[in-house]
Amino acid sequence: MKARPLARDRAFSQGSNRRGTGMLIYTLKRLALAVVVTLVVSALSFGLLYLSGDPAAAIGGEAATDADIANIRNIYGLDRPIYIQYLNWIGKALQGDFGMSYYFRLPVSQIMAARVPATLILGCSAIVFALIFSIPLGVMAAIRPNSWVDRTALFLSVMGQAMPSFWLGLMLIVVFSVWLPLLPPSGTEGWEYFVMPTIVLGYFAMPAIMRLTRAGMMEVLASDYIRTARAKGLLPGSILFKHALRNAVIPVVSVSAVQFGFMLGGSIVIETVFAIQGMGYLAWESIKRSDFPTVQAVILVFAVIYIVLTLLADLLNGWLDPRIRVT
Amino acid sequence: MEFPPIPPVEEILGPSPGQLLRRRIFTHKGLMIGGIILAVILFFALLAPVLSPQDPYAQSLTTRLSKPFWHAESTWKHPLGSDHVGRDYLSRLLYGARISLLIGFCVALISGVIGTALGIVAGYFGGRVDMVITFIITLRLSIPFVLVAVAVVGIVGGSLKVVVIVLGLLLWNRYAVVMRSATQQIRNQDYIPAAEAVGCSTTRILLSEIMPNIVNNLVVVATLEMANAILLEAALSFLGLGVQPPTPSWGLMVAEGKDFLFFEPWLITIPGVALFVLVLAINLLGDGVRDVTAPENR
Amino acid sequence: MNSFMSPLLEVENLQVDIPIPVGDLHAVRGISFTVGKGETLGLVGESGCGKSMTALALMNLLPNTARRRGTRLAFGGKDLIALREREMADIRGDRMSMIFQEPMTSLNPSYTIGNQLMEVMLRHRRVSRSEARNRAVFLLEKVGISAAKSRLGQYPHQLSGGLRQRVMIAMALMCDPELIIADEPTTALDVTIQAQILHLLRGLQREFRMAMILITHDLGIVARVTDRVAVMYAGQIVEAGTVRDVFTQPLHPYTHGLLDCIPIPGKTPRGELLGSIPGLVPTPVGVLLGCTFRNRCSFTFQDCAVQDPGMRLVSETHGYRCLLELEKLAKRA
Repeated sequence: MKARPLARDRAFSQGSNRRGTGMLIYTLKRLALAVVVTLVVSALSFGLLYLSGDPAAAIGGEAATDADIANIRNIYGLDRPIYIQYLNWIGKALQGDFGMSYYFRLPVSQIMAARVPATLILGCSAIVFALIFSIPLGVMAAIRPNSWVDRTALFLSVMGQAMPSFWLGLMLIVVFSVWLPLLPPSGTEGWEYFVMPTIVLGYFAMPAIMRLTRAGMMEVLASDYIRTARAKGLLPGSILFKHALRNAVIPVVSVSAVQFGFMLGGSIVIETVFAIQGMGYLAWESIKRSDFPTVQAVILVFAVIYIVLTLLADLLNGWLDPRIRVT
Repeated sequence: MEFPPIPPVEEILGPSPGQLLRRRIFTHKGLMIGGIILAVILFFALLAPVLSPQDPYAQSLTTRLSKPFWHAESTWKHPLGSDHVGRDYLSRLLYGARISLLIGFCVALISGVIGTALGIVAGYFGGRVDMVITFIITLRLSIPFVLVAVAVVGIVGGSLKVVVIVLGLLLWNRYAVVMRSATQQIRNQDYIPAAEAVGCSTTRILLSEIMPNIVNNLVVVATLEMANAILLEAALSFLGLGVQPPTPSWGLMVAEGKDFLFFEPWLITIPGVALFVLVLAINLLGDGVRDVTAPENR
Repeated sequence: MNSFMSPLLEVENLQVDIPIPVGDLHAVRGISFTVGKGETLGLVGESGCGKSMTALALMNLLPNTARRRGTRLAFGGKDLIALREREMADIRGDRMSMIFQEPMTSLNPSYTIGNQLMEVMLRHRRVSRSEARNRAVFLLEKVGISAAKSRLGQYPHQLSGGLRQRVMIAMALMCDPELIIADEPTTALDVTIQAQILHLLRGLQREFRMAMILITHDLGIVARVTDRVAVMYAGQIVEAGTVRDVFTQPLHPYTHGLLDCIPIPGKTPRGELLGSIPGLVPTPVGVLLGCTFRNRCSFTFQDCAVQDPGMRLVSETHGYRCLLELEKLAKRA
């Protein structure tokens, strides 16, 4: 480290003194990145359509004649150049118009709007469930490493990572709907319908969050500033919550956002198992029915939600850890 | 002046690194358990044709839905029962192991190559190259890959080959991220500029200086991604968008047994437990390798 | 050893043991010393001699696995050994403070330095936030930080190492402690900054009338800043006395050897080999017999291997730990 006389110290730190400016620049940078990523992803998801070679043929099915296919191509505008189709699509999408579903003959946006609540409720309850259990468990495991709490937590996380989600869902149905008729196996009529799906969906985020909390806490508790806090005579509660947790939780924030994104994507399996009329289920049905506009729209919406979540997580990170704003 | 007696050479030198590693491997419970289970499954998978009592595709309507051996009315013709068209479950289980292991391995290989290449290049060259690759990684992360995998397979049609290619092309992001940060850490060590100064070509540096030092990270990520791939293939097959019937994929077996959930639960329990055990073993092995090669990462 | 007033800190036979796979590591083996009000005691020794452990033991900040024992550990007359953790926490930061070696990592990166300064006072005294803030500003100025008010809102990563260490000092002074323990406060800093910080510490100590225990491996620092010094080796004090005593008339062979190692401009002849002490510091593990310095001592004889040497007092203030009497040492020198 170079010697720095006091005068230079003054200049050094007066630059990025105000919290406000740092945050603003950081926010703008992240926002710009998010927009670019969204555009590229939208192009990719639009291009999915063409994987099968000829979407018109796919729509027409096996029994379609050439004339039928040409007809389809005309009706759905599939004969125009790709980039024109893409621009049309993205232009309308920005206004909320995702075209018409081939299957339902209704605006895709309308169909999606009807399905969004179920997925959102499921996703939100799942992440909340995961956080409520994982964070305290991780903290307790870190405070007393190698205790029974620690071993239980690690055991649960190892189990959680290995179990196939659809299998867990089915097994829960067997236990709670067949053997002990406590919970309904499918549908969305009331809160009890969401209990099992929430547990199954949330269960998969738990190992990652718990391990991260535990590792983060352990590292923080061994740090020098915690030693300083103890030397100042601060109370254990203050040391744990004010000093330790605040730093340990930073990586958990981004991981939680990522996990939430996964959940939304992975909800397709859970919704299928529990017959929940959400976006994931819609995606699955539409794929099977070659209902391309719906598929494209759902993928784009999920991607956008994920991008927004990551952006929020980054911003929250920047607010929580002052050092990140410099980069 | 007295000095204490000099201890024998072995005591001063201590055990060799190889011996230390071996000791650490054999005393790590998770690694041993995972490794043994995996070896057992591998053994059964390889010897499936020899060990299966029947042809996994042979249907037999007379013996459909027979119960596994822990029930009273079971038959030794089908030790683990049979499914709704009379195919022997034990045989399907063994052949299913082949599918899962094959998929896991191939996907790990493909995505490993892609991700590692991207990661090392990004970590080593830094600058613009790094920015571009990081952007690509962010893109890939933003794509809801379950949906995309489902969509692609749905559009193109499901089969073993398609599943492997799609998953291989989508699951490389963790490799890239881990390899990139590992390479960056190594890049800052002094022996890299030393190699450059001596005149080593870039390829040579990448292969002989960097690779050996990050191989342990690679192994850990590879095991975890392999487990991930196996679970994903099972999920895809469960949704009907992966391996197609009558191929005995464990996920497909669960899907087919779903309708008989209430009275013949073993149809889904058995393949489910198999999946669970396999993935658990791989995870334990991966965690074990990580602990053993870098204990500070715990 | 101030016979007029009772000492602020009395330590008698302090021991710290840490269990490790091969046995018990005796980090601190029966240390005894006192610190009077307003006095500075220097604790000198090589790395691993147990000086940091002693400091942690005084504050009861040892790692979980360590065991602390002692005949007497009294601070202001109050026994610290049997004290419950909550009561000890009340003393820490209030009447007894500590400054650590690494300023770069000793502050919480997520909170402003103002926040971290104020929380010490808010924890131990019933004061309003503005009173705490004023005190923080006052102390920041005392430690030589300019524009103190605006500094309160800064984060640690915005400050250089020297500044951070000044903040740490200010933090230790928030509640006007009677004793401040400085564990190698300048080791991680540049040489030019070291001098400033030491000068600062000395001045503050006089102004606030605090006692100080200064832990260091640097004899030069000890000579300039402390009143009394205790030389530690392998968990024990091998020589203790006033600075003048120890530096002009070092008694223990180890002290002798340490002073020999330092080149003195103007005195040490050119081209002459600097003194060094042959051998390595032993790790005090398991059952120990005899004098731990014997393997590196030029005066060693048979009994050194079997008999534990006690402290021999040469005057009221000066003592050394050896089996040999002074005359015999002088003869052999």
